[in-house]
Amino acid sequence: MTLDARIPSGPIEQAWDKARFDMKLVNPANKRKHNLIVVGSGLAGASAAASLGELGYNVKCFCFQDSPRRAHSIAAQGGINAAKNYPNDGESIYRLFYDTVKGGDFRAREANIYRLAEISNHIIDQCVAQGVPFAREYGGTLTNRSFGGAQVSRTFYARGQTGQQLLLGAYQALERQVHARTVTMIPRTEMLDMIVVDGQARGIVARNLVTGKFTVHIADAVILATGGYGNVYYLSTNAKGSNATAIWRAYKRGALFANPCFTQIHPTCIPVSGEYQSKLTLMSESLRNDGRIWVPKLKGDKRPPNEIPEGERDYYLERRYPSFGNLVPRDVASRNAKAVCDEGRGVGKTGLGVYLDFSEAIARLGEKTIRERYGNLFDMYQRITDEDPYKVPMRIYPAIHYTMGGLWVDYQLQSTIPGLFVLGEANFSDHGANRLGASALMQGLSDGYFIVPYTVGNYLATNKFAKVDESHAEAQSAVAIAQQKIDKLLSIKGKRTVDSFHRELGKILWDYCGMARTAEGLEKAIGEIRVLRDEYWRNVTVPGSGDDLNQSLEKAGRVADFFELAELLCIDARDRNESCGGHFREEHQTPDGEAQRDDEHYSYVAAWGYRGRDAAPELIKEPLEFHYVHPSQRSYK
Amino acid sequence: MKLKLKIWRQKNCKEKGKFVQYAVDNVDPEMSMLECLDVLNESLIERGEEPVAFEHDCREGICGSCGFMINGVAHGPERATTVCQLTMRHFKDGDELAIEPWRSVAFPLVKDLVVDRSAFDHIIEAGGYISVSTGNAQDGNTLLIGKDTADKAMDAAACIGCGACVAACPNASAALFTGAKIAHLGTLPQGKPERDRRALSMVSQMNVEAFGNCTNIGECTGVCPKEIPLEVIATMNRDYLLASCKKREDIATDISPVIELAAKG
Repeated sequence: MTLDARIPSGPIEQAWDKARFDMKLVNPANKRKHNLIVVGSGLAGASAAASLGELGYNVKCFCFQDSPRRAHSIAAQGGINAAKNYPNDGESIYRLFYDTVKGGDFRAREANIYRLAEISNHIIDQCVAQGVPFAREYGGTLTNRSFGGAQVSRTFYARGQTGQQLLLGAYQALERQVHARTVTMIPRTEMLDMIVVDGQARGIVARNLVTGKFTVHIADAVILATGGYGNVYYLSTNAKGSNATAIWRAYKRGALFANPCFTQIHPTCIPVSGEYQSKLTLMSESLRNDGRIWVPKLKGDKRPPNEIPEGERDYYLERRYPSFGNLVPRDVASRNAKAVCDEGRGVGKTGLGVYLDFSEAIARLGEKTIRERYGNLFDMYQRITDEDPYKVPMRIYPAIHYTMGGLWVDYQLQSTIPGLFVLGEANFSDHGANRLGASALMQGLSDGYFIVPYTVGNYLATNKFAKVDESHAEAQSAVAIAQQKIDKLLSIKGKRTVDSFHRELGKILWDYCGMARTAEGLEKAIGEIRVLRDEYWRNVTVPGSGDDLNQSLEKAGRVADFFELAELLCIDARDRNESCGGHFREEHQTPDGEAQRDDEHYSYVAAWGYRGRDAAPELIKEPLEFHYVHPSQRSYK
Repeated sequence: MKLKLKIWRQKNCKEKGKFVQYAVDNVDPEMSMLECLDVLNESLIERGEEPVAFEHDCREGICGSCGFMINGVAHGPERATTVCQLTMRHFKDGDELAIEPWRSVAFPLVKDLVVDRSAFDHIIEAGGYISVSTGNAQDGNTLLIGKDTADKAMDAAACIGCGACVAACPNASAALFTGAKIAHLGTLPQGKPERDRRALSMVSQMNVEAFGNCTNIGECTGVCPKEIPLEVIATMNRDYLLASCKKREDIATDISPVIELAAKG
C-alpha cells in the first residue's frame, strides 16, 4: 500500500485555491439528501457540523457529554494564532507557516501547514462576527500577545478562557442549525464502531450512555472530531472523559494511525500532589511571557524561595537559550525542567517542580497589570495549592497535554477509508513532532469551518452510494461485536477497578514513553503493557449493568482501547530511531542535550495499519518533502 | 482526615431515592471534592457496590459538567469555585457533608447526582447566537469595540452553564443563565440587529421549560462559580420589555419555542 496525500501541484501559495477550484460541487437542492455524521462537538466537530448544516446537508452530531458545550476544547486557556500582523511586528502568512514547520521539527506536511496559516486570518474574522469577546485595546482594536515559541505577537485571546469562548461561538452556531433542523444533536451517546460497506465509511454504531441501547446510524460520510488520546497516560491535562475509542475502532476497521509517538508534554502544569490525583491542571503557557523560570543552584536546597538570594538561583532557560529565554517551545521547556529535577534541584514536596516567578514582572508592571493579564489563572492556582502567586513563585511541572499523532489523513482530511474524514486533534496532520502554543484552536476551527465543508462536498459529488440501511449485515455485525465487548467487561467480575489498571498503564507509559525514551525502556514497556492487558481481561471488575447510566462501564471500554493504543505508541516510539520534537530518544541527542533528528532515515510520517489482535501492525511510510523551509537543527539559543 | 458523607442515591427518576451515609477515612486536604468521591467510589467498587454517579469532565472549573449541593449550598462553601476545584482543606476532620443533586423540575434526575440540563441547550437553541454563517466575514478590526464594552460582554460570556444558579434559586429560575447570554450578545455591536428577537425567543423558551420566575433574590449570583453579575437579569428584563413594547408582530409570530424537545426532556 502506498499513501497518496493528494497534495496539489504548483506553488504552495496557490495550492488551496487550486484544490478548491478542482473540487466538484454538490447541487444545492441535493445537499439535504445527503446524511452526514459528525462525532465529537469540540471546536472541530461543532464548527464542522454547524458549517455543513448551513450548507444544507442533513447532519447528525454526537457527543458523549450531556451537552455539546462541554467538549474539552473549552479548557484551552491561552489563545489562538493568526497571521494578521496587526501589531506590525513582521508577522505574515509565510512566517506563521515557517514557524509551524520548524516548531514541528520538520515532521509535518508543508502544504497542510501553509493552508492552515492562510486560513488562520479567516477564523479570527468569523469568530468576531459570531460575537466572541476577544480582548481589545482601549481604541477598540483587537489585542495580540506573544506566546510560547513565537517572536511575534500573533495570539488572540479572551482572558484566560479563549477555548471556552471559541467553543461557545461554535456551539451557538451549532444550536442555530439544530433550531433550523439541519443538525440533529445526539448527546450522551458514544461511538463504539464504524460501519464500512464496500470499502466506504457508511455509518457508526453508537451506544446511549443513559439507557445502554445500541443504535445504528447510516450516512454517506463520517467525520470524526473526537480529540486526542493523551488520557492513555492516565494523568494528563485532558478532561476525564477524553478518550480514543472512536479513532481506535476506526483504526481497527482499516484507517491508518500516524505518528502515535508524537505526544506533547506541556511545561507549565501544577505538580502532582498525591496518589489520589485524578488529573493535572494546566497553567497557561502565556504565563511564561512574564514569569521567570528558575530552580536553586544547590542540590536539595530546601529554603523557601524568597530566602534564596538572587545569586543562588539558576534561571536555566534564560541561561541556556539567551535569545528565546523563557519562551522556548514546549518540548524544550519540558525537557529542561525534567533535567534540572533529575539533577536533584527540583522544588516542592516531591522535588518534581520548578519555580515560575512573577516578582520581577510585578515590580516592573505593577500587580494590577499582572492581575489583568493572568488574574483567573492566579486565582485557579491559589484555589488548588493554597499559595498566593502574587507573593510566592508558582511551582510547575510538565504534564501530558496534547497528541500530535492521530489518524492519517490526506490533504482533503480524508483517512485511508474513503468517506471517513478526521479533524482537529484526532488527525495527525499539521503539528509534526511538536505543536506550537495557540495552534490547536487554530487547527480545530480551520478543519471544521473552512476545510471539511469543501472536501466532504467533493467526496459526495464524486462518489456513488449504494442503498444501505440499519439492517445491513455489516451494521448488524458491528452491533454484535460492540455488544459482546460490553457483555464481556461486565462478566469478568475480577478484583481490580478500571481506574487502578488505568493508573498503572499510565505510569508505565510516563516512565518509559514520556519525556525521555530509550529502545530498552520501550521494549520493557511493551512487555509490561501486554502483561497488564492480559490481567485486565481476567481481573477487572465493573459493577452494575449495561442498561442504565454506568460510568464504570464507559471507562472500562475506553481503557480497553487505551491498552491497545499504548502498545502501538511504544512500537512507534521504538521504531523511530531519532529524536524530534516531543519524541526524545536519549540515544539521539546533540552534545549539549538537544534533540538530534535523523532526516536521512526518518523524514517520513509513520502510518500504522491494523493486522489483527496478535499480529504486529504494518508500517507504511509517507515521505516528507520540504521545498520551502529547509530542515535545520532547531536552535533557540 | 475523616469525613462522613451523606449522599443522595437514586437509580433513576422513576424510583425513589434516599440518603446513604458513607465514611471516608483517608481524605487528604489537598484533594478536590471530586477526588474525594473518586476515593469513595474506588472502595465501593472493590466491595462490589455501585459507585456514586456524578457528572464531571474537565476538572478545571470550565466545562460546567460538575455540580451538586454540599450542605444545601450549590458547589459548596467556597465562593466562585466549582466542586472539581473545591479542595478538602476547606473542611475539617469529622465533618459531615450532605451531598445531593441539583433540585429543579426543569432538571430531571438521571441517576444519583446526575441531572438532565438539556433545557439550557434549548434556551440557547431558541436564539442564543448571532445569525452569521461560515464564510467571508469582514476583517475583525473593521468593527471597533471599546475595551470596556468587550470586557462587559466577556463578564457575561464567562457562564459555564453548570446550573448552580437554578439549583440555588428558591424559584428554580434560569434568569441568570438566560440573562448572561442575552447580555453577552446584546452588549456587542454584532449582536444588536437581533437583540429584540433574541430576548423574546430566549425568554419564551425559558418559560416553556419548567423554570420558575425571577424575584430578584440573588442566590444565583452568590453561588455562581463565574460570579456572573445580577445585572444581566436586569439587561434581559429591559431587552424583553423594550422588544415587547415595540409590538413587532412579525417577530412575535415567528417565535416558536422548542416545545416537542422540551416535552421530551
